[in-house]
Amino acid sequence: MRRLIATLTVFVVVGAGCGGDDEPGTVTLLTHDSFDVGQEILAQFTAETGWRVEVLAGGDAGQVLNQAILAAGNPVADVLFGVDNTFLSRALDADLFVEYRSGRIDSVAPELDLDPHVTPIDFGDVCINIDRSAFDAPPATLAELTDPAYAGALVVENPATSSPGLAFLLATIAVFGEDGDTTWRDYWEGLVANDVAVTSGWEDAYYGVFSGGSGAGDRPLVVSYASSPPAEVVFAAEPTDTAPTAVLADGCFRQIEFAGVLRGTDDREGAEALIDFMLGRSFQEDIPLRMFVFPANTDAALPKVFVDHTVVPDDPVLMDPEVIETNRERWIREWTAIVLR
Amino acid sequence: MLAVLGATVRFDDLEAVSGVDLSVADGETLALLGPSGSGKTTLLRAIAGLQRLDSGRVLWNGTDLDDVPTHSRRFGVVFQDFALFPHLDVGRNVEFGLRMAGMEASERRDRVATALARVELAGFERRRIDTLSGGQAQRVALARALAPEPRMLLLDEPLGSLDRPLRERLVVEIHELLDRLSITALYVTHDQSEAFAVADRVAVIRRGRIEQRGLPEDVWRRPATEFVAEFLGFPTIITATVGGGLADLGVLGTVPLPGVPDGLVRVVVRPDALILDDAGHVEGVVRVRTFRGDHVVLAVDVGGTRIDVRGDAVPGASVRLRVDPAGIVPLEPS
Amino acid sequence: MDQGVDGNRPALSRTARLALVGLPLAFLVIFFAWPFVSIVATGLWRDGRFGFSALGQALDEGDLLGVVWFTTWQAVASTVATLLVALPGAYVFARYEFPGKRLLRAAATIPFVLPTVVVGTAFLALFGPGGILGIRLDGSIWAILVAHVFFNYAVVLRTVGGMWSHLDPRLEEAARSLGAGRWRAFRYVTLPLLRPALAAAASIVFLFTFTSFGIVLILGGSRLATLEVEIYRQTALLFDLPVAAVLAVVQLIGVTAILLAYSRYQERRAVEQPLRAAEDIAHRPATAGQRALVGGVLMSMVLLLGTPLAVLIERSLRSSSGYGLAMYRALGDDDGIRAIEPLEAVGNSLGFAAVATLIALVIGLSASVVISYRRSRASRWFDALLMLPLGTSAVTIGFGFIVALDAPVDLRAWPLLIPIAHSLVAIPFVVRSVVPVMRSIRSRLREAAAVLGAPPGRVWREIDLPIVSRAAAVGAGFAAAVSLGEFGATAFVARPDTPTLPLAIFRYLGRPGELNFGRAMALSVVLMVITAIVISLIERFRTPGIGSF
Repeated sequence: MRRLIATLTVFVVVGAGCGGDDEPGTVTLLTHDSFDVGQEILAQFTAETGWRVEVLAGGDAGQVLNQAILAAGNPVADVLFGVDNTFLSRALDADLFVEYRSGRIDSVAPELDLDPHVTPIDFGDVCINIDRSAFDAPPATLAELTDPAYAGALVVENPATSSPGLAFLLATIAVFGEDGDTTWRDYWEGLVANDVAVTSGWEDAYYGVFSGGSGAGDRPLVVSYASSPPAEVVFAAEPTDTAPTAVLADGCFRQIEFAGVLRGTDDREGAEALIDFMLGRSFQEDIPLRMFVFPANTDAALPKVFVDHTVVPDDPVLMDPEVIETNRERWIREWTAIVLR
Repeated sequence: MLAVLGATVRFDDLEAVSGVDLSVADGETLALLGPSGSGKTTLLRAIAGLQRLDSGRVLWNGTDLDDVPTHSRRFGVVFQDFALFPHLDVGRNVEFGLRMAGMEASERRDRVATALARVELAGFERRRIDTLSGGQAQRVALARALAPEPRMLLLDEPLGSLDRPLRERLVVEIHELLDRLSITALYVTHDQSEAFAVADRVAVIRRGRIEQRGLPEDVWRRPATEFVAEFLGFPTIITATVGGGLADLGVLGTVPLPGVPDGLVRVVVRPDALILDDAGHVEGVVRVRTFRGDHVVLAVDVGGTRIDVRGDAVPGASVRLRVDPAGIVPLEPS
Repeated sequence: MDQGVDGNRPALSRTARLALVGLPLAFLVIFFAWPFVSIVATGLWRDGRFGFSALGQALDEGDLLGVVWFTTWQAVASTVATLLVALPGAYVFARYEFPGKRLLRAAATIPFVLPTVVVGTAFLALFGPGGILGIRLDGSIWAILVAHVFFNYAVVLRTVGGMWSHLDPRLEEAARSLGAGRWRAFRYVTLPLLRPALAAAASIVFLFTFTSFGIVLILGGSRLATLEVEIYRQTALLFDLPVAAVLAVVQLIGVTAILLAYSRYQERRAVEQPLRAAEDIAHRPATAGQRALVGGVLMSMVLLLGTPLAVLIERSLRSSSGYGLAMYRALGDDDGIRAIEPLEAVGNSLGFAAVATLIALVIGLSASVVISYRRSRASRWFDALLMLPLGTSAVTIGFGFIVALDAPVDLRAWPLLIPIAHSLVAIPFVVRSVVPVMRSIRSRLREAAAVLGAPPGRVWREIDLPIVSRAAAVGAGFAAAVSLGEFGATAFVARPDTPTLPLAIFRYLGRPGELNFGRAMALSVVLMVITAIVISLIERFRTPGIGSF
């Protein structure tokens, strides 16, 4: 017992000591629970720059961003990774980041590079996934989904509680518009008439309600990611060459994930070195199979499963973060009124 | 020797113990006899150090125990409900005080065995407390209190929760044990037969004050106050008119009562004072006959007053009584 | 006559008492009150002053009243349902001996500690589309009720059953001999005697369901929301701190009211009663009727608690190529893609649970000594204060940490924050288990020890501690279990990237692909088994003989 207490005391003291980012030579990365990178990649960073990386996880992307905003100016970390374009304006409004332009920014597609305070690291498209076994002729456009032929086929996530849910709502707003003959509201009313199902989160929708791939439900259409079909191949129980699901390449919303140097960091040099490294080829090529999104750096080679089993939509929806920030709450309220009440 | 001087304990506005003086000589057993609520348990707890005195002192061989906490007083206590530790077996209960005293394990084992043998529970070491009968639990409590060889034993209604036959047997055993060990003891009880059976001396307590103290025989023969007489179970207490050494007992006639000042005096008529005697001067009619095993009690109607008499007759019979003046005891006003 | 000033409780020096009050109080102030006040103040502070305009806004946005109403009535319904369903189980566990009893009791606790993500998935598999039962309940209040009963069954089983198992059956027999039928004997004797335990269980279940989060989020199908869900939505997703602050205060007021009413009730109702050894009371069912009763109750219990767990196990064994251990083997595979180390997660979880349990025991035991020391208003309030974290939303506390714990020492990324957050929720379990037993230790035992030569500290060690340790072990079991399954609170705390089991499960679930889903299910079963082992170990290693009062 006495020994246990002594051990714990040491733990406490040591823990308190390394809690902050005061340790020289260590750069702290605050990110979400889905962040994943190979240990050997981080080791490579240390070998190249001398900086060690400590990863702090803090909930999902929204929670991490809010944590960072609450601590703006006195951050717990040096770099934040995981803010996406749907919440970028909020981060910029909170003056969370200091400006930094990486030397490698030129190898990033210009449409991803939205603000000098943040550096795009990866992107993924939120698209409708299709259970291939359920259709002879799967839908090819968003508009078709209000067709009675697809009654009871679609499950979406609540934009108020789910990141892909919000992305899909934004996609429909971009595609159908706020004014005109068929507004996004009309479209959603059509979906409701067609018995759209709503879940709180992606897990419930994909595993619980969707019928394709690893889903156990009975609806053949789900709002998911363009990278989900390759994931079904990589994580199949039995090795396979064909994905059981496919992507509806119309009305996909492009989520871009950014990293930025947190204002108030005392290791700015290390922070910038980490961001440079995250844009480098080794980190970028590690991204797809770990986080199932696409690398921002166009020089990074894609793994074969990505090439074989998914499409990168030609014309994804890209919306100005400021427009999203201004309207998000109103859109969610209107959506709730149409779909849930 | 234990001495209590002017002990007073107050609970809010109630004075539970009021200026009690008391002493127990070495090797003596003092019975503290009183009804429930008389303050006897509070006094015992004060002696044990479980209850703070508001004023007064407790002395052991002349040393004030005020600064001595309970655990250093080395007084053994047997509680009314025994207070055996439910999480320890019999052996470990008895061993507890020895362990507290820092005794070696091997010696403790021997002492526990001796203590248990003394109360005729040899071999009971591993028994669980909740498997014991009432009498066994009582003996364990006694063994536990005696094992550390306390300088004094305090017993708080030690037989209170047991049934009568067991009580009568155990009181003899306790008496014998206290005698054999010649340990100084204070025995608190509300049962006069228990007190008389076990004690060298008796003190009767009422409302926090000692009403009478003395040898058991003396207390029984000459109860000092009406309360003591009633408490000892004397059924007949009447008012006598005393004048010139004679007491007019009303329906019981007149008897000599020397040394009592003239006036109205309460007297107790001890059961042995009334004798069925055809030559007696008092006439009465038997109303109820009660068989009490070794004797019979008659409720006799004497000129409208009901009086208990020992002796036998059938209900409805007319009887005559003689009054023995030695059995008429004047009482102090209490 | 025996209400002596010193007699009724162990003597404690003033310093000792101050330390015993100070430790839990300081802990609560630093890790609960301060973060809570900070985050609420941050939300309400506008333009240099406190603005309650957010209240109007919150009311405007709709549906604050509706949310409060739904939160309350579903909690009432869930509490009543849980009591009704679990009481027969508590009775059978208290009065009958049957093979596998200990195992079953441990198993009944598992639902209580499973991460809601996992349970939600299991329930969706039951009631959702293509559900095994063929009825769709997702999105309805019924699914929420069933899940709440499933979750909280163990609370009633343990709290009420624990007391019931020590209740002297002769009391009921006395009532029977006085002409009361079985039902009336129960109604007028047993029920009133059980009332403190019933009130304790009901208040805990009410608290949990009043602040229910994951279950409502997953099974409520977006349409049903409790205050807790709404706070999460407003804070974590909309970052509308003013509205969230108002909601958090409303929830805190509700929870405080429940706790104070409950503790006042406890105070009035506390009856000291003779407790009997559970071993003397429980016996094997003798008659055919008793066997039918025990069998029936156990069967329905296994059905209620077992079905969702069985679904979980079934899913962990299922793959497109049939049934087998493929998913468990896949946990060990190093496919070079996912960096989740299941073994590491197990280690992390056990480590956090050990530390959280230790903290909860130290804080909870000191608090229990203080609370049981004297019955006073102050001790009652202290008791209620300790339970407040149970009724406060995790997101509020999590974000409160960020705002509050940066000075004088920056604790925001302190590794111990996670076990501390766990222990905040676990402390009430220790206190709830220990205080009644501490109070039931008769002062005579302490006095007996004192006259036998034990100084005050020793009295506590020799008498209170061993008698209390069984209750403490039960509390510790809960604390460990709560910590093992905790996901919500820690998700909001910035922490070194040390995945716990629930987090690893969540990570697997967050990816498409059969292998990920299967591994998540397999890991859930692993968590389930570890929890069961921890709980039965603690029950087994309790101080021998302590059950005997």
